[in-house]
Amino acid sequence: MSAEVKENQAAQSGTERRLNMIEAINDALDIMLERDPDVIVMGEDVGYFGGVFRCTAGLQKKHGKTRVFDTPISECGIIGVAVGMGAYGLRPVPEIQFADYIYPGLDQLISEAARLRYRSATEYIAPMTVRSPFGGGIFGGQTHSQSPEAIFTHVSGLKTVIPSTPYDAKGLLISCIEDNDPVIFFEPKRIYNGPFSGYYDKPAEPWKRHPQSVVPEGYYKIPLGKARTVTEGDAMTVLTYGTMVHVVESVCREKGVEAEILDLRTLVPIDIEAIEASVERTGKCLIVHEATRTSGFGAELSALVTERCFYHLEAPVERVTGFDTPYPHSLEWAYFPGPVRIGEAIDKLLKD
Amino acid sequence: MADRPDADREAGANKPTLRLHVPEPKFRPGDTVDFSHIQVSEPGAQPRPDEACDARETAPLCHDLIRVLGDDNHAHGPWDPKLDPDTLRTMLGHFALVRAFDERMFRGQRQGKTSFYMKCTGEEATSVAAAMALASDDMVFPSYRQQGVLIVRGYDLVEMINQIYSNKGDKLKGRQLPIMYSSREHSFFSISGNLATQTPQAVGWAMASAMKGDSRIAATWVGEGSTAEGDFHSACTFATVYNAPVILNVINNQWAISSFSGFAGAERTTFAARALGYGLAGLRVDGNDALAVYASQRWAANRARANAGPTLIEYFTYRAEGHSTSDDPTGYRSAQEREEWPLGDPVMRLKNHLIALGEWDEERQEAMDREAAERVKAATKEAEKNGVLGHGMHQPFRTMFEDVFEELPWHLKEQAEQATRERLIKFHGGRPQ
Repeated sequence: MSAEVKENQAAQSGTERRLNMIEAINDALDIMLERDPDVIVMGEDVGYFGGVFRCTAGLQKKHGKTRVFDTPISECGIIGVAVGMGAYGLRPVPEIQFADYIYPGLDQLISEAARLRYRSATEYIAPMTVRSPFGGGIFGGQTHSQSPEAIFTHVSGLKTVIPSTPYDAKGLLISCIEDNDPVIFFEPKRIYNGPFSGYYDKPAEPWKRHPQSVVPEGYYKIPLGKARTVTEGDAMTVLTYGTMVHVVESVCREKGVEAEILDLRTLVPIDIEAIEASVERTGKCLIVHEATRTSGFGAELSALVTERCFYHLEAPVERVTGFDTPYPHSLEWAYFPGPVRIGEAIDKLLKD
Repeated sequence: MADRPDADREAGANKPTLRLHVPEPKFRPGDTVDFSHIQVSEPGAQPRPDEACDARETAPLCHDLIRVLGDDNHAHGPWDPKLDPDTLRTMLGHFALVRAFDERMFRGQRQGKTSFYMKCTGEEATSVAAAMALASDDMVFPSYRQQGVLIVRGYDLVEMINQIYSNKGDKLKGRQLPIMYSSREHSFFSISGNLATQTPQAVGWAMASAMKGDSRIAATWVGEGSTAEGDFHSACTFATVYNAPVILNVINNQWAISSFSGFAGAERTTFAARALGYGLAGLRVDGNDALAVYASQRWAANRARANAGPTLIEYFTYRAEGHSTSDDPTGYRSAQEREEWPLGDPVMRLKNHLIALGEWDEERQEAMDREAAERVKAATKEAEKNGVLGHGMHQPFRTMFEDVFEELPWHLKEQAEQATRERLIKFHGGRPQ
């Protein structure tokens, strides 16, 4: 039974269960801890307390202290021991409390986890899912707001996955945990509790009114490497992921633009077929991410579209991104690629 | 500093001038070497605490030097592992094989058969005797100078040489720099080449073993220079926090390429003493004394196996040769150091011990060395049937793209096709001459 069918059935039978993204992630972890005795969850404050964002709430109590536990404040150590655990045969799911804190663990990720299968010619593997909240929009300042996904997409041997809804978060996370390659799973923290229109000064919306907050009970997977078509349209293709999926959707709705929005969901390996099919049909491509612009993942997307769809393009590829500055605290909403910046780019593409 | 208030400037005038200390080794090329500053403890004089003792009880042993073999070539004191002569002869046989292997592979690199090699001359005991003290299925996370562990565990010499030559028999498919072995069958982790990364990995493996109620422990090796890496600090922290069944072996061979141990902090304290701050048991051991190495490794293994805690062991030794085939130590240290090293040579010391016991003689040693050289020679010939490094193109180009991920994603498929196309253009018929 497909996940979509399940969802529909659940909705129709009136047993639908609506979760926010935190609850959906918690549900995925709970299910995997239950199904696979080799899955362990560890990280700073994830044990007894249940995580600073509550994603691991109740898991230690249910699954025990040797399956779900706190770690020293050492990202190098967290990822380093996860490599060793993977070599033993476990399937660790370490949490890095904020993506901004992941840098001390980069050598263990880039040089070790990502290359272990290759360098040992499959004798050893490091199957781990590194979960980490990322992105801004919560007044987190320059150390709680970054979007460093492009650093990881540049690494051979790592998969990078970013959900944008509770339904996807659960299904993708289960796929990541079952994957035999190391995966970075970035959770857009701005939308943990509800989708975001891009207007910081409007009341926050809860997930419960969003169709993708219907999260079925039990196990289901969403395959890695497959994009989701958020809205269909002919005006242009928008390639985006994470928080920006919702901002773009809201801007398009507001402007009455019928764009085809692709939520990429997995950055590596990227769903090139979906991108090509859409851009070839619409002839225009807008790329939106919150991360800084220069050498951001948008640069890769732009190059791919230009290389592969050039003769279908009716206008230059447009990029909307964060600025090439550290994420500022008080000027957060001046930095954020919100409705104004996205709106201008859409107008430009429509004019071309 | 024009913007400094006068009062501060006046106060500053009375303060002593600060000086930066940049460590400098005692001897440079051409210098006469005098190692009298090195403490050489009395063999047999160091106490041997209970294996399950409180880590703090090992504090005196972190500044002492555990020694068993004396100048009289006999074993002394509570750390004497009391190995039978057969075991000692086996150990000597491993030493002979490691040394013969190193000699031949070094020569092979000089003859252009491969790009790189690293000898472990002078440090053989720190891997051979340690590996013999572990169970054969205890998991080893080595650095790059622990070929002795593979020799002890009976790894096929031909496989080792295939890897060194990156030839078509190399089971690592020519992906790794020579000597970066991996053998899951021998519980030997894939060698990284990045330094100290293996240390938290060993701790993680040990944690996993404990989680699963397994009985196998983990042991890791790291050079004294690499203890400066953050990974080593993480390893010590995680080891102590989770009481992981792991042994952290620090091979203090005095030199990290051209940087002496002072650049890792050796001027102020010992590497074993690092254990104290973490609450790990710590031992400082004569690394050229095969019996002391064996006994200390066994002590730590028993401790770990009994859930009594991890141990950090400093093996005090000397890197008798260059860092690698790419290094020439005459450029930065005195050639006299090797001769003057106060703890001698581990192979000679074990041999002399067996002779003193009446269990060995020079003739048998010569025969053993000859036999080891023959074995290596035969293995080399066998491996050379699979080719030497040469142009390096022994594997199908497609293998370059395999194992990056479990499955080949579209972008690697495209790149693999490109590489195959290039092969046909570069080499007529697709095969290099």
